[in-house]
Amino acid sequence: MEWLSEFGAIAAMQGFNGLSVFCVLLLMALGLAIIFGQMGVINMAHGEFLTIGAYTTYMLSTLVQTWCPWMQPYYFFFAIALSFVVAGAIGWVVEWVMISRLYHRPLDTLLATWGLSLVMQQAFRSIFGAREVSANPPEWLMGAVNLTDAIEIPRNGLFVMGLTVLMTGGIFLMLYRTRWGLHVRATVQNRIMSRAVGINTRKVDRMTFALGCGVAGVAGAAFTTIGSTGPTAGSLYIVDTFLVVVFGGAASLFGTIASAFAIAQTQSLSEFFMSGSMAKVLTLSIVILILLMRPQGLFASKVRK
Amino acid sequence: MDSRLTGPTRFFPRRLALGTAALSLIAASVFSQMTLADDANTTGLAVTPTEVTVGQLHSATGTMAISETGSIQAERLAIDQINASGGILGRQIKIVQEDGASDWPTFAEKARKLLVNDKVATVFGCWTSASRKAVLPVFEKENGLLYYPTFYEGLEQSKNVIYTGQEATQQILASLDWIAKTKGAKTFYLIGSDYIWPRTSMKIARKHIENVLHGTVVGEDYYPLGNTQFGSLINKVKLKKPDVVFAAVVGGSNVAFYKQLKAAGVDSTKQTLLTLSVTEDELLGIGGENMKGFYASMKYFQSLDNPNNKAFVEAFKAKYGKDSVMGDVTQAAYLGPWLWKAAVEKAGSFDVDKVVAASPGIELKTAPEGYVKIHENHHLWSKTRIGEVQADGQFKVVYESELIEPNPFPKGYQ
Repeated sequence: MEWLSEFGAIAAMQGFNGLSVFCVLLLMALGLAIIFGQMGVINMAHGEFLTIGAYTTYMLSTLVQTWCPWMQPYYFFFAIALSFVVAGAIGWVVEWVMISRLYHRPLDTLLATWGLSLVMQQAFRSIFGAREVSANPPEWLMGAVNLTDAIEIPRNGLFVMGLTVLMTGGIFLMLYRTRWGLHVRATVQNRIMSRAVGINTRKVDRMTFALGCGVAGVAGAAFTTIGSTGPTAGSLYIVDTFLVVVFGGAASLFGTIASAFAIAQTQSLSEFFMSGSMAKVLTLSIVILILLMRPQGLFASKVRK
Repeated sequence: MDSRLTGPTRFFPRRLALGTAALSLIAASVFSQMTLADDANTTGLAVTPTEVTVGQLHSATGTMAISETGSIQAERLAIDQINASGGILGRQIKIVQEDGASDWPTFAEKARKLLVNDKVATVFGCWTSASRKAVLPVFEKENGLLYYPTFYEGLEQSKNVIYTGQEATQQILASLDWIAKTKGAKTFYLIGSDYIWPRTSMKIARKHIENVLHGTVVGEDYYPLGNTQFGSLINKVKLKKPDVVFAAVVGGSNVAFYKQLKAAGVDSTKQTLLTLSVTEDELLGIGGENMKGFYASMKYFQSLDNPNNKAFVEAFKAKYGKDSVMGDVTQAAYLGPWLWKAAVEKAGSFDVDKVVAASPGIELKTAPEGYVKIHENHHLWSKTRIGEVQADGQFKVVYESELIEPNPFPKGYQ
């Protein structure tokens, strides 16, 4: 009977792993879902905004370690907030300098933000050095929680999960329960009409872009506990991020959630039965097949004309 | 005297055909003022009585800059030290540095530029196998000389390349023997990033485990480069309970892999892990506490206790700051200029053919790793060491092999 309980334990951990991958995918895609989904801007520099969050966390971690070590257990919350502010502020500037001039040329945003991502990568390299760095996560985030003798749940996985729920909830509230959200949705549906009824669409665009970048920064901060922090760390996430958003249906937040869930479960489950590379091939093939049948993605809704 | 003075261009008109006639004439007028150059250089290399030009070709930008920075620094340090002690054959070494930018065609283009335009006497460069494969045809066609620092999969040998890192069998076999003996390991789980080096290494490891150690491979998994989610893999490892996890995961994946292992409660108290791809450089990103107690197989660790290494570490830190770390490849890159110096001095010439002919048998007793010797097959005899990861990001050396003969084409392992 022992093997049965062990099998159960592995199944439980594997189930948790699926959820954990889902949350990671969703968290990294949220920012892009706002920018690409709501504004129609193809932001290739999304990964670099994640990296900004990661480096902000790293810097705060180093500062705390040298100046006030007693902060060590709590600094991570500040790091997340600060990452949001820093990435958001840089996003605000980027929108003002670059993106705002390209709204009527959506394909050019692709090229411009791709260039921006290269510039940002080299900037990270010049400022922080080419080598990877490691932020010290607080003690309580390391290791696993033992539910039973055999079932071990990673704490950072739980943390990312909580953060994802919080962020997703927050964004839903903002989009569907606030005046600002109303303005965003109005601008998405009809820019000219929105302007005619007195919405400052420029301001809405700038805030939306900044918010998307800020959310990416939060994701970057959280990912320092599970991944690497380096100049090109963001590029590790960019493909998966676009995959989730496009598969979900560009303009739908529900679509993003559903698609992150579907991709994560497929990936996690197939990885258990085959080699990692083959699992990726399988997942991508399924996504391509479904997109062939449903080019608009899982959940389609109206896109800005 | 006269006939000798014009030698470099008159007797070897091949370079003229490359469209650099004007340059060569200027060079010839410079050469006419020389007294020493011609003996040491008969093939039109950029050598003057006081100076010899060498090339450095690594990625200073792009994804590979993470890894190649250490090599760039180590080669510069060695060249500075050689210059300070009087140079080579009375000449100071001048470096032309080119950036391969982590892009393989750029590597080939810059290699050609260094060999054809700059006429460098030798090149220290490349890091990934892909970049080496890209420049190899250029070096063979232009008859250049390359010192390549990285440990790699083997299955290659070129007249124009000296490999200062370990080839796969040197790195793998002794360490597997050690872990089988000291840990009584019988079952192995092989994990790698999905490209040629891990795949070739794991192939060699599997043959050795099955045929020599009579153990079992209970799992073998490859993940795409840049993969960041290892949860399923870790669960598979928990299910199979191998005696040893044998890993060759690289780049950003490496960090994710070890952080997630630690988070899933898999640490050295529960699982023995031996890796081929973690040096002090990678530990900076992973964090020593995340890997504490795991083992790495390398020929060099910064913590090696010998006078050569003490001097090397001290000089490196003096030049690049007290927080800098030196990994296996950094040390191998440091050997390049010294091995070249020894070969040039033995040959009494900078000519590539003569330097290559003089290279086999060259010994370096001042190497930080201890002692190395160039084999006929252009790889180095070297020892393999096992280091145990410490929380401070350094390794404690727990095993040291005898000097191992390089064997880039291992019979029975392919």
